[in-house]
This record gives sequence, C-alpha cells and structure tokens, in this order.
Amino acid sequence: MDAVRPDPARSAAAGGYNFAYLDEATKRMIRRALLKALAIPGHQVPFGAREMPLPYGWGTGGIQVTASVIGPTDVLKVIDQGADDTTNAVSIRRFFARVAGVATTESTRAATIIQTRHRIPETPLSEGQILVFQVPMPEPLFKLEPRVRESTRLHALADYGLMQVKLYEDIVRYGEVATSYNHPVMVAGRYLMSPSPIPAFDNPKLHMNPAILLFGAGREKRIYAVPPYTPVRSLDFEDHPFRPIRAPHACALCGSTESYLDEVIVDDRGGRMHVCSDTDYCRERREGRR
Amino acid sequence: MTPLLEAAGLQLRFGRITALEDVSLTLWPSEVVAIVGESGSGKSSLLRVLSGLQRPDAGRILYRGADGSLHDVPALSEATRRRLMRSEWGFVFQNPRDALRFSVSAGANVGERLMAAGWRHYGRIRQEVAQWLARVEIDPARIDDDPARFSGGMQQRLQIARSLITRPRLVFMDEPTGGLDVSVQARLLDLIRGLVADLGLAVLLVTHDIAAARLLAHRIMVMRGGRVVEEGLTDRVLDDPQHPYTQLLVSSVLAA
Amino acid sequence: MQEVLRIEGLAKTFTLHLQGGARIVALDGVSLSVAAGECVALAGPSGAGKSTLMRCVWGSYGAGAGRILLRHAGGEIDLARADARSLREIRRTAIGYVSQFLRVIPRVPALEIVAEPMIAAGMAAEEARERARALLLRLNLPEALHALPPATFSGGEQQRVNLARGFGPPRRLLLLDEPTASLDPANAEVVVGLIEEAKRAGVAILGIFHDQAVRDRVADRLFELHPVRERA
Repeated sequence: MDAVRPDPARSAAAGGYNFAYLDEATKRMIRRALLKALAIPGHQVPFGAREMPLPYGWGTGGIQVTASVIGPTDVLKVIDQGADDTTNAVSIRRFFARVAGVATTESTRAATIIQTRHRIPETPLSEGQILVFQVPMPEPLFKLEPRVRESTRLHALADYGLMQVKLYEDIVRYGEVATSYNHPVMVAGRYLMSPSPIPAFDNPKLHMNPAILLFGAGREKRIYAVPPYTPVRSLDFEDHPFRPIRAPHACALCGSTESYLDEVIVDDRGGRMHVCSDTDYCRERREGRR
Repeated sequence: MTPLLEAAGLQLRFGRITALEDVSLTLWPSEVVAIVGESGSGKSSLLRVLSGLQRPDAGRILYRGADGSLHDVPALSEATRRRLMRSEWGFVFQNPRDALRFSVSAGANVGERLMAAGWRHYGRIRQEVAQWLARVEIDPARIDDDPARFSGGMQQRLQIARSLITRPRLVFMDEPTGGLDVSVQARLLDLIRGLVADLGLAVLLVTHDIAAARLLAHRIMVMRGGRVVEEGLTDRVLDDPQHPYTQLLVSSVLAA
Repeated sequence: MQEVLRIEGLAKTFTLHLQGGARIVALDGVSLSVAAGECVALAGPSGAGKSTLMRCVWGSYGAGAGRILLRHAGGEIDLARADARSLREIRRTAIGYVSQFLRVIPRVPALEIVAEPMIAAGMAAEEARERARALLLRLNLPEALHALPPATFSGGEQQRVNLARGFGPPRRLLLLDEPTASLDPANAEVVVGLIEEAKRAGVAILGIFHDQAVRDRVADRLFELHPVRERA
C-alpha cells in the first residue's frame, strides 16, 4: 500500500490549525529537548508537555514529538501494538492528515516517520527514518525507587545495582527474567532506559538501529532518544542471559516463524490462533512481496 | 599502620542547639570504638557527620581509602560518597526498616551490594548470599522469603549480612540492638562480636547500652551535650570512670 | 636479672562524684620493681590496694601520679602515660592478667577463649588451639568441655579456663590476682607448676596469693602494702 494524500480541503490551513497542531514556539522547545536527548542517548530530558486533544495514555507524548519533527513532505505511519487499523492508530493518523496535511501510509518501507505504541516493526528500518515511541512511564526505576529525586541521582551516578536486584527477584519468583515487555536496557553503556512497553522480542532491534529512535512521555513530561547506530544492551545475568521470546508457532495467516505473534481468540469455544502482530509485515508476506 | 578515619575539631549547631562541640577522633584499622551517651548527647550527629551524611560547621575528617588515597569526607562528591557507602563502608541502623527493601526477597536484600559491585552471575550471587545467611544464623533455605515475615532479630541479622557481604573496611552502627528483646539482643551482640573479629572490621558503634559497648568495643568515647567528656580503653572508662557523668552512666547499669 | 617492671611513686585516688565528691586514697607513692624470672607477691590486709595496684599496671585503672615503666621493644614505656592504642598493643604482646573471675563471652567455646590471645599475639591458629587444648587438659578440664562455652561451668572450671588463657601466650609480665582462689589442691598444684615454668622462661610475675602455702612456694619476695589511712 502506498502513501495516501489527504484531501487538501480538509488539511491544516483549511481547518484553521497551525501546521501539525502545535504552535511554533512549542515545537522549538520540544526540538531542543529532542536534540539534547539525542546528544545524551538514553537520558530523560524534561519538557513542557502541552495539553493535547486526547487523553493521557493515548499517545500525547508521541504525538507532540511527531508534531515537532514532521514536515510537509513526510510520510507518516502509525501503529498500535503493530497494527495500523486499531482505533488509536487510525485516530492519530487522521489527526496528522488533518492538522499537517501530510501523506500517510501503512507501509513501513514507505514511511519517513512511524509513530508506535508498544512495537517495533518487523521490517528493518533504514537511515533517514524516525521511529517515535509512545511512552507511558519513562523511568525504568520507578517501581523500585519511588522518590524521583533519588532515581534522578541514581541515573546521574550510573548506580544501577537496583535494576539488577529487580531482575534477580524475577528469577527467584518466576525462574527466569520475567519482563516479557518493557525489559530495561543500557544505552551506549551509560544510561539505563525503559524501551517503553515493547515486547522483549523487539529489544534486539534497538541495538545499532540505523533509524532515529525518539521516545515521548506526555503525562510524565519526558523525552529521550537513541541516535542511529547506538549500542543498546538488554540487562541480564551471565547464567540467565537475555532471551527475546516469541510464541512457538507460525503465523496462521502468512506462515512466518520469525515475527512476533498475537494470540487471537476466534470463537466462543476457546478456539485461538496466532497471527503476526505487525499487520503490514503480514500483509506484505501474503501479497507475496517478500 | 595509618589511621582509617581521623576527625578533628568537629563543630555542628542546629540553631541554638549544639550537636557537636570540638569533637576529635581517630579510628584505626580493625578497631571498634563505641560512642556512648544518652539521647541528645550528639552521638548520632557524630555518626552522621563522620559518614558524610551531614556536613559539620567546622572541623576536618579524613578517611583513608583501600587504595591508600585520602578522602576529605565533608567535601566528598556525591558519587564518591555513594561508592564508598556501597563498597568500603557499611551501615547497620537501629531499625531494619531503614535499611531493608521489603518489596524483594531476603536474598535480593543481601545480594544487592554484590550486584551494585558488578556481580552478574545469578548462581554465584545466590551462593554467596546463602553463605552469608548461614553466617548470620538464618537458615539459607529462607533465601527467597519475604523479609517482612522475619522476626525483628532476624531482620536485624539480615541487615548485617546485607551490609557486610562486600566486606567493608569501616562499619557505622547506630544502636544495632536497639529495639530488640533482651535475649535477642545478647545473641545479636555476640554475632556482631564474632563477625567483627573474623573480618577485622573497624567499627564506630553508637549506643546507649553500656553492656554492648563493653562486649564489642576496644575503646569508648562518652559524649554529653555534644562534647566528648571522657574516652579511653573500654575497661578503663567503665572500671575507673573519671567524669561525673561517666560515673553516673556506669553506676546506673547493673553488672555491666 | 633484668628488671622488667619498675613502679615509681604510684598514687591512686578515687573521686566519687556521686557521693558528693568524696575522695578515697587507695595508693600513695608506691615504688617496687619486678625482674625477669622473679615472682613478687603483694601482701597486706584487705583494703591495702593490692588489686588496685595490679589494675593500674594492667591499665584498667588510670594511675593518678607516678610512673609504671615496662621494658618493651628494646626500650621502656610508661604505662601510666600510655594511650589506649599503646596499652592495647602492650596487652596483646607483653602483659597477661589473670583475674579471679572469667568475663564470659557468650557462645564462644572454652578452647577458642583460651586460643584467642595466643592467635592475637601472632601464633598460628592451629598451634594456638593445640596449646590451648594441652593447657586445659593439664588443668584437668576434660576434652568434652573444650567445645562448650564456659557460661555454664562451675566457678572452679571457669577459673581454670581463665588461667589457661593467661598462661597461653608468651608474656614478659604476668599479673595474677588470686589465681588459685577457687581451686582444689590438685589444681592449685598445677598452677604452681605453671608459675614455676613461667619463671624459668624469664617471665616477671606480680601476684596476689591468698593461699599462704602457694605463695610461699612461688614468691621470691613479698611486697607489703599498707592501707593508706594507717600510714597517714
């Protein structure tokens, strides 16, 4: 599926909005935060998050980041848990088509900016692409250290024994490191970072990725980033190494044995099947493009 | 041999209240010094100042690190102070709740300093933790138990294992047997005595318990109103006290 | 023989602040010396300051005036002026003190209590335990008791643990405060033997012996102390 050009009559100028909804001063402020975040990979930069026309938890942080980096020639893709066709993804895509007049797409390859909730596309990203993550809780230590001041200090001092304690505790309780999503990572050997609630399966894709990875947390008012080709290591123990986990099935639609799968209940009798979480990837495979 | 910790002319005031007045102290490797006095005597303030948690108004504190370097304690950077606190220094507080994490297992509590020190082998961490649990007389089979389900005495022993597992050189103890039953106290004191001797630890022990000081300390400093009124060998201070306050303190203890 | 301990003009006064500052003069200008291999017995009525003098030498009482000179490390050290750290070092290496009562350390086995000062003085742990075992057996403390903490021992048994602890490490000076007080004749005899051996090894001994027979056998001379008020 190629880029879709919106009806110019419904685009920003016509609706009376500034390009991409945010005023220019706000965009400048967010861009400064983004530059700082890119300069200090994995470090959380505070920013003055604006009220957005949707509730917290629906991607207010990601939308502000996208709005600050998007230009008229960009092509936008939005996914929610890998799917282009869920309410959240569709709404955000429509939002930008309306307030920025940009082209949208469901194709990972065709997109210049991909805003995502909880997945990294299966199709490898390339240089020049930007992946914008919607982040509910940017602080990887927050369940272990409730005091914000203290966790800030722990980051400043790279004092991350506490995170290892949490992984230790997982093995005690579940026999393995049980963070099947949001598994903490070390960025460029310095900052501990929450990869947002992506499945651990996606963690290896963060490592040395050619694309720019931007993370926006609207409610918590934090931005962080991983610049292209940055080493990103998932925390683990020598004798309990990090393992990206996927369900041991093939996709019921495209037959992929390599993609991350969703379990779908298909009837009232408990029947279920496993299908690719990345709908674009799955369709491409079925259409024989790969 | 050179002193581990040297403090001179320490001064600390909170408004009109004098917490420390011209306090000096030298602590040598493997030496246990008890700081005794009633509440408000300044003994806990002294511990906070010596461990860098509180900056004195005046005075000098030098700590000699394991690598031989001298650290100016009040001027320590946050990073260095924290590194010392989780490597060369240990802390045992009166209330285990101030030290333990109740959201994780006993083993995670004891192993935390190992992990902070860079241990990344789960099996070896557990092995070391189990050894230390046994050392503080906790059944290693309880390694995965929730510390909230431990008795007060066990929690205190857990705190001690957590603090000593990385073999610090200097341990600050603040009323380590404070809130415990007398019989539990005796056992804990004895355990501390054995560990301190085996590991050759230098200890600064703040206590109002003369019997604890007698059992553990080589030297005693008696504090009152922020000043050191008497100090010396433990048996000298307790058997031949000179200062009226020390005599009062000693006479109010039965068969110390 | 070489002089090991020389006390010059030792005075000790206790000021009891809780009794309105009452002053008790316990020692007033005592001078005496003990040579290597010599045993000096302190004599005098109760209240004459015998134990006080011993404690001033040991350091658990501070001397009021005078000097307590100990030959140490090729020179002399004045124990009346020595700081806490030096006194600890002297106790570790040079002076042993056997009081009448064992200060029981809870839960530590008798054998370890006896071996501990030997190890502290630099003896290898195995050698120290072997010597501790031999001393305890010699003092008729059966092997079954060695692994037990002495808290539950009888007074006599505790006293023998105390003696073994005192005679274990090599010393220059031994202070014995009623070492046979709660012992039967057979064990008192063992102690006499230990004292004689120590003397032959050149140890200077300052002691208080209530048992006249024992005193007569081990003491080379008596040093008489008089209650200060009588002299005044």
